[in-house]
Amino acid sequence: MYEFDWSSIPNALPFLWDGMMISLQITATAVIIGIVWGTLLALMRLSPIKPLSWFAAGYVNLFRAVPLVMVLLWFFLIVPHLLESLFGFPRGSDMRLGSAMAGFALFEAAYYSEIMRAGIQSVPKGQMSAASALGMTYAQGMRLVVLPQAFRNMVPLLLTQGIILFQDTSLVYVSALADFFGAAYKVGDRDGRLVELLLFAGAVYFVICFTASRIVRHYQQKLKTA
Amino acid sequence: MGYNWNWGVFLQPTASGGDTYLGWMIHGFKTTIALSLSAWLIALALGAVVGVLRTVPNKVLSGIATAYVEVFRNIPLLVQLFLWYFVMPELLPEKLGSAFKQSNPFVQQFLSSMVCLALFTSARVAEQVRSGINSLPPGQKNAGLAMGFTLSQTYRHVLLPMAVRLIVPPLTSEFLNIFKNSAVCSTIGLLELAAQGRQLVDYTAQPYESFIAVTLAYLLINVVVMFGMRWLEARVRVPGYIGGK
Repeated sequence: MYEFDWSSIPNALPFLWDGMMISLQITATAVIIGIVWGTLLALMRLSPIKPLSWFAAGYVNLFRAVPLVMVLLWFFLIVPHLLESLFGFPRGSDMRLGSAMAGFALFEAAYYSEIMRAGIQSVPKGQMSAASALGMTYAQGMRLVVLPQAFRNMVPLLLTQGIILFQDTSLVYVSALADFFGAAYKVGDRDGRLVELLLFAGAVYFVICFTASRIVRHYQQKLKTA
Repeated sequence: MGYNWNWGVFLQPTASGGDTYLGWMIHGFKTTIALSLSAWLIALALGAVVGVLRTVPNKVLSGIATAYVEVFRNIPLLVQLFLWYFVMPELLPEKLGSAFKQSNPFVQQFLSSMVCLALFTSARVAEQVRSGINSLPPGQKNAGLAMGFTLSQTYRHVLLPMAVRLIVPPLTSEFLNIFKNSAVCSTIGLLELAAQGRQLVDYTAQPYESFIAVTLAYLLINVVVMFGMRWLEARVRVPGYIGGK
């Protein structure tokens, strides 16, 4: 039977904590940029200007069709290459964190855009008509009347997507960036205690995501009764 | 940017000989398909059972099913994969574990990936099955019981035939996801589509061609699945429901 030895975890905690900060940084950046860019994409998709709507549809469908791992590999490969040739960044500078953030943000924007599109469409048509009747332009009506309601309706879904995103940040493993999972793997590999470290990482992810999804569900219930 | 495009690279023989790079890609494509389809079948069967258990009145059974779903939904796929690949063989009984570790590496990688994807997806299928059953009017179950059916008969003859038809559209996206999620299995060395694409970059130094080819292959899978599922959706549509005739 396998003999467990958890002794390498306490000493590794500061390193794992740094990893967790990287995971959270990537999550936060991707959520914020993803929601902003996703909302713009949703507006383009619903706009009467055809080329804009085609662009948004193409973007969203492309990113939703390919695996996240592929997108991350694309970014680790191409972003540094582009920055080097466009802005003369020194060759070999470490842009893995920046590439990861950009990759996640652009990828998640496609998913956020679908959520926001559903949110905008869930607002009754009369709201926009009322805004127009009050003399607001289309842009004003969207910004002041429709979008605030769409956001409010979609907060639980946006947060749930954020939890999924947090889980997905573990995939930066493909670039050997030491996020929480990467750090756990490195420690386990170094000490020959992979079994314990992987179990520990799984437990930590479970506790965080389970708690977060409970809170979201609680909030959702409150929203429903309000 | 001074990049030399060379699409002919796919027809060149590989460094190790015996095959072309296109051959590698096709091999990876086949692995992705075989892995995703086998995992999908297991996920459907398991997901149906767990989803039904979540809706039964027995508190113990529904509690177990809920715990199952929560565990597989709240741990990242990559972590689950590593647990199956690195941790599971250590925790198995001595004989079984060493038999696994001595088997062909491809078999090890494929089995771990299949089990991982199957269980991960089954939790999501279970959620769809549960919401399908819960979306039926409560009168259906009551009517079944009032007719003298036992609970299991009510499920078999009344609830499930309806629920199964209702959940086909949401299952489409889970089916698409399993192909995309299978790319994660490249991290344990399984040479599926994404891994072959990466290998091509290392061997040929033509990153753009290989990534574009892999992306197109995933798009192809997507389109085929979408059309297949649309055909199925049209066949099983329930008259009288939104989207029905």
